[in-house]
Amino acid sequence: MSEEKKYMTLNMGPQHPATHGVLKVILELEGEVIQRAIPVIGHLHRGVEKLGETRTYVQNIVYTDRLDYTSAMINNLAYCLAVEKLMGIEVPERAKVIRVIMSELSRIAGHLIWLATHALDIGAMTLYFYCFREREKILDMWEMVSGQRLTPSYIRIGGVLADLPDGFMDRLKSFVDTFDAHVDEYDQLLSKNPIWMARTKDVGIISAEDAINWGMTGPALRGSGVKFDYRKAQPYSGYEEYEFDIPVGTKGDNYDRYLVRMEELRQSNRILKQAIKKLPDGPIKAHVPEIVFPDKDLVLKNIEALIHQFKIGCGGFSVPKGEVYASVENAKGELGFYIVSDGSSRPYRFRIKSSCFINLSALPEIVKGSMIADVVAVIGSIDIVLGEIDR
Amino acid sequence: MEQIELMNILRNSGYNIDVFEGIDCVTCLVKKEDLYDFMKFLKTDEKLKFNMIVDVTAVDYPEDRPRFEIVYHVYSIDNNIRLRIKLKVEENDSLESVTSLWKGAEWLEREVFDMFGITFNNHPDLRRILMNEDFKYYPLRKDFPLQGIEES
Repeated sequence: MSEEKKYMTLNMGPQHPATHGVLKVILELEGEVIQRAIPVIGHLHRGVEKLGETRTYVQNIVYTDRLDYTSAMINNLAYCLAVEKLMGIEVPERAKVIRVIMSELSRIAGHLIWLATHALDIGAMTLYFYCFREREKILDMWEMVSGQRLTPSYIRIGGVLADLPDGFMDRLKSFVDTFDAHVDEYDQLLSKNPIWMARTKDVGIISAEDAINWGMTGPALRGSGVKFDYRKAQPYSGYEEYEFDIPVGTKGDNYDRYLVRMEELRQSNRILKQAIKKLPDGPIKAHVPEIVFPDKDLVLKNIEALIHQFKIGCGGFSVPKGEVYASVENAKGELGFYIVSDGSSRPYRFRIKSSCFINLSALPEIVKGSMIADVVAVIGSIDIVLGEIDR
Repeated sequence: MEQIELMNILRNSGYNIDVFEGIDCVTCLVKKEDLYDFMKFLKTDEKLKFNMIVDVTAVDYPEDRPRFEIVYHVYSIDNNIRLRIKLKVEENDSLESVTSLWKGAEWLEREVFDMFGITFNNHPDLRRILMNEDFKYYPLRKDFPLQGIEES
């Protein structure tokens, strides 16, 4: 402890299990009370925005998987929506419903990781295994459709990679039928648990006004009582046709954010049920041969289709000059892509607006005046993924 | 609020701005000197109420003078509408920070400084955010090589 400063400085992280990746928080303490918290980020910086300027529009899809890697498919969707908007492509109805199914599965997968790690941070070990049991089923479904568990890149510009394989719908139905009961199970373990309540109630409070002023989005904003969700406010991919509620909190503490996300798990399942009923037959890709890959079985038999695939894969396609901002509601908040095109096949500027980045920037204000142990709970509760923050 | 209505309000606001309709949202070009006043107007105006900052970023056009284009996105929860504000700045210019209006701009402006080297006046804590503090270059400028610079 330095004499003149009177506060003790404590480095939390970067290699600390409760910081969900490689986040460092410099804490200035008086006793156990935090006077000042300074998050230090960038340990996971890969330069995705720079890389994006040198790759074609198709090649960039794989980078979006690695942003919020706990719920990869929504990121694919956000990027594809931006490019589609810029090019004026309309996606067929079946592809839209498949995209909604994948988005909601991603949201559930993302929220399950949040619940598992948040509970683990606070000391509830059992729940971790419960959550991963259900998440595993989602990852298996992703593996069925794309061959990948963590980085599917399944949603493509103009539609989706391939049609749903045989047996997918059966698995999805059995998942959807049992999931509500599993959420009740988590609920029973935590919601009335006195230790859980002591660690989350009245901890990490942020008012609605402050949350808006900080630009927070997602469950972190809704926990403060602001009824705001991009799926309702600016619907994309046909979300206006689904019935679902936006849960909100009242106080804006950890417990409210917890309740909001728990209800979102149920609401996502409700959307999935509607999507299963709705799923129409038809094409899964827009009929725009310049930008959409030919079907794989054609490529293996037909030389023209092979050339076609080669041309899009290697040369890409040119996108009209202009700029566009498109965003989706991902598991953490608003994920937006701002793309500037100069008319070539590569973006001139590939900007990713990350919700975690902004939500984390409010951390110093949220934890000021609270205890060290609360920092762990608050970081878990605002739900950050460093892959998306550092880009 | 519809795009047309927003465009009318902006055109009659008395600021020296160009307003046009984009594919996704209304875009307006402001002068560098007017930036802070105009942003304050957007945030405090009774009808507009742009209460949320969405994004602050920049685009580098090395051949153009002024070289950089700064792009702000703001959003109004009450009116459910997004607005893009753009302005041109030169390499050594510094801009007025909007952190006093929206606290969320703090890190976003730091990132613009880190990646493009554009400075902001009256910013509470203008340091590098993603790169090391002793890093000397601005990676998202078009003249920075993709492989990086060896000694850095």
